[in-house]
Amino acid sequence: MRKKLKIKSAIAANRNTQFLAFVRKEFRHMFRDRKTLLILFGLPVVQILLFGFALTNEIKDSRIVICDYAKDEASRRIIERFAANNHFVVEESLKSHLQIEDAFQEGRIKLAVIFPANFLSDLHHLHQAQVQLIADASDPNTANILKGYATNILMDYQKELSMDSPLPYQIGSEMRMLYNPQLKGAVNFVPGVMSLILMLICVMMTSVSIVREKEYGTMEVLLVSPVNPLLLILSKAVPYLFLSLVNLTVIVVLSVTLLEVPVNGSLILLFLESTLFIITALSLGLLISNLVKTQQAAILFSLIGLMVPTILFTGFMFPIENMPVVLQWFANVIPSRWYYVIIKSVMIKGAGIQAVWKETVVLLLMTGFLLFISFRNFKTRLEA
Amino acid sequence: MRTLLFLLQKEFKQIFRNKVLLGMIFGMPVIQLLILPWAADYEIKNIAIAIVDHDHSDYSQRLISKITASEYFHLNVYAGSFQEAIRYIERDRADLILEIPPDFERGLITESPQKVFVAVNAINGVKANLGGAYLNRILRDFNDDVRLQWGQPERFQPAPAIQVTSSDWFNPAMNYRHYMVPGILAFLTTLISAYLCALNAIREKETGTMEQLNVTPVGKYQFILGKLIPFWIVGIIIFSFGLFIIARFVYGIVPIGNVWALFTYLAVYLVAMLGFGLLISTYCDTQQQVMFVMFFFMMIFILMSGLFTPVESMPVWAYAIAKCSPVTCLMDVIRMIILKGSGFADIRNHFMMMIGFAVLFNVWAVVNYKKTTG
Amino acid sequence: MKEIVIQVDELTKEFGHFVAVDKITFEVYKSEIFGFLGANGAGKTTAMRMLCGLSVPSSGNATVAGFDVYRQTEQIKKSIGYMSQKFSLYEDLTVAENIHLFGGIYGLTNRQMKEGRDRLVERLGLHNEMKKRVGALPMGWKQKLAFSLAILHRPRVVFLDEPTGGVDPITRRQFWDLIYEATEEGITVFVTTHYMDEAEYCDRISMMVDGKIEALDSPANLKRRFSASSMDEVFFQLARGAKRN
Repeated sequence: MRKKLKIKSAIAANRNTQFLAFVRKEFRHMFRDRKTLLILFGLPVVQILLFGFALTNEIKDSRIVICDYAKDEASRRIIERFAANNHFVVEESLKSHLQIEDAFQEGRIKLAVIFPANFLSDLHHLHQAQVQLIADASDPNTANILKGYATNILMDYQKELSMDSPLPYQIGSEMRMLYNPQLKGAVNFVPGVMSLILMLICVMMTSVSIVREKEYGTMEVLLVSPVNPLLLILSKAVPYLFLSLVNLTVIVVLSVTLLEVPVNGSLILLFLESTLFIITALSLGLLISNLVKTQQAAILFSLIGLMVPTILFTGFMFPIENMPVVLQWFANVIPSRWYYVIIKSVMIKGAGIQAVWKETVVLLLMTGFLLFISFRNFKTRLEA
Repeated sequence: MRTLLFLLQKEFKQIFRNKVLLGMIFGMPVIQLLILPWAADYEIKNIAIAIVDHDHSDYSQRLISKITASEYFHLNVYAGSFQEAIRYIERDRADLILEIPPDFERGLITESPQKVFVAVNAINGVKANLGGAYLNRILRDFNDDVRLQWGQPERFQPAPAIQVTSSDWFNPAMNYRHYMVPGILAFLTTLISAYLCALNAIREKETGTMEQLNVTPVGKYQFILGKLIPFWIVGIIIFSFGLFIIARFVYGIVPIGNVWALFTYLAVYLVAMLGFGLLISTYCDTQQQVMFVMFFFMMIFILMSGLFTPVESMPVWAYAIAKCSPVTCLMDVIRMIILKGSGFADIRNHFMMMIGFAVLFNVWAVVNYKKTTG
Repeated sequence: MKEIVIQVDELTKEFGHFVAVDKITFEVYKSEIFGFLGANGAGKTTAMRMLCGLSVPSSGNATVAGFDVYRQTEQIKKSIGYMSQKFSLYEDLTVAENIHLFGGIYGLTNRQMKEGRDRLVERLGLHNEMKKRVGALPMGWKQKLAFSLAILHRPRVVFLDEPTGGVDPITRRQFWDLIYEATEEGITVFVTTHYMDEAEYCDRISMMVDGKIEALDSPANLKRRFSASSMDEVFFQLARGAKRN
């Protein structure tokens, strides 16, 4: 009995040293290729800063033209307001609305505002006057938002005119912007870009490095060695997990210090959830490496196949709930979609595990499923 | 010239021989173009709302049903308290909280001004802003209803009203697909042709065939052209298929501008981007390196192209970077020609810029491509 | 007076402080098999790459087929063939397609190409393999094919960089038969190797140690000079003092 135990523990110890030897080999591979290493550490830093500062859904400084046939007190006052508003930059004043189309086609402007003749006198005598807005709806989102801003400016002016007669039965509203009172773009985009970068980098790293060994034939050398193939694969994943965690740390530090995006929740929870997500992505890479034979195919698959869909389906660009139902299902198979919800809750809302346990379970199940499929694939290929 | 023909023959044979690759080159853009544009919709609807009603009166009920009747909101939950509602927001089950104070109805009837409280999840600032604005609009309508019911119309002074009429040019139905499809198609074309070109060049380096070619009389220019032309053709085919078949028949998009201008521009653009891919491959040693370096630039090109977020809102330095990206430039041109009907004259500046890129990247790649080492 | 095809005079290549090739001087005559021997890292490959125009020398002079290695690399490339230790045909193209490609690159006319192909098929017995992808061929055939392609355009010199790595003795023998045939057609062969039995097949051998040429003569003369029974011994005596490995 004791002898048996001893043998068992000896085998286990042997396994451990083998495993460590392989992990060391993978780390060496990683550190030897300085160029790749530089890219892998530099890329997330540059991208998180660039995107954190640059990406915002807010629309500022849109160039507009004004075509003022009225040229009276009221139109002048409104134009001043447009000029003072930081959403707009008044490009020029046109003599005739016929010039508007040219301005749109040259791509100079996004919105045109037209005041009819007699604007002020209509307003005073008829109690109503018209303003026409023409938007460049080739970008419907911007068009919608700009029309909204312009309408607000016009309504504010109208309110001012009617200030002297307060209305009865007033229902007001008090609005609070939770979590992001200044409505900064970074609060939304930092978690989004984080999910995106971590996912794509992890998938690419694993799939390509494993296929590379296949292509060079070194995989076979390793497979005929008395090492359990599972250990082999795990040892490949360890350095990438390590690297991704370092990247994550850098991203979090940058977003707190430079981008002023806080970590309101538990840092430990943040790292645990991220570790889980990184493992999910690594497993996806593993699965892809099982499906293809050449690095070229692996790269095309994990990059061109995943890049644009991940950008769209993570949910930081386009809210998932707006999508058609079929596409919502589709979004649900993208791991970063769940991670994004988690990271938003933990980082920004300061929520605990009780708020994100469902998403966590989904990621766990995904990881289990991906690993199961790839290991089964792996085994059958070995036996065949 | 004859040497170039032999090199081209070789490239095409290699591309067409690899069925997996071929499938990916042409299959992936088609599938993605059929699916992705449906997901890219900015229109804010289905805002999940949590209501905390402390009044439980006839009026609060009427307000709530007015809100839920709108297409923008759907009522997710009645919460007992504001704290409870906040938990729904934390769990992403609600985007917006409306709290109706006690004695809302009584106060309203006695003509004292009433206030409801609204809290919005503002992580996505635009969504929060729009959601708040929609809710305010509904409140204003409700307010008017109440006034009409209770007040005598003659008590009002006729206040001056500005009527805003608006028209949406170039896309009157405000169809997001018209905006997204050409953009996504351009991304896919760029990604595939530039990546393939760079990977192909680096593979020759990795497998040693590049060295074999280097001891032959094949010149730098012939080698670079031999890589450019095949993937240029691939790019043109993908874009044409996407535009004339998928965009036309699935999404009903017909370019209203000058198609020749568009394709002339695309032709120059592809030369620029393929040159960019080759340039990167001259600086790298392995496919892995090419993949990551290209990934780095492609992410920047795509996310800052202005398709997803407005370029004008970026800080000045980021705006400058975005404007210097060939992809941003292409997005502009595509939108101008396909949706707005622009022609050659309108895109003159874009043209000069792209020719500049094409010359810069390719000359740089040729200079940096060494037939000798060390 | 034998015709000189390769003339090398004090050719040197430095990488920073490391002198990979240190003032080597030698001549190679027409139709001879010139063996370039040395331990790994002795500088063989670097020297050969300079002669092929793949690497620019740091100092010294050399001409290949009468062309200068500094200024006339493109002309050199037209008059040489090259085959490296790293197998470098296109594995995803068929045998016929590879012939077509390299023939085209060297500017053969259609007739020359057909003749070259027929000769090659005849010599290698590849009748049934023409439509097979090169990647699917056994290693030995790939190497013979690579050599035949390197001399398809009848170059003045063919450079072979450790051409027989990883093949069995029989294939190696066949490979050398191909080399002899080439010299009979007037092609000069410049070959690096570290198989000492192969050294015996060469007309003359240069032994490189630490970037310098330590000995240059025919195998028989060398054995006599070092009173050795085989090239192995000669090599051993010379390389013993090597500092690099």
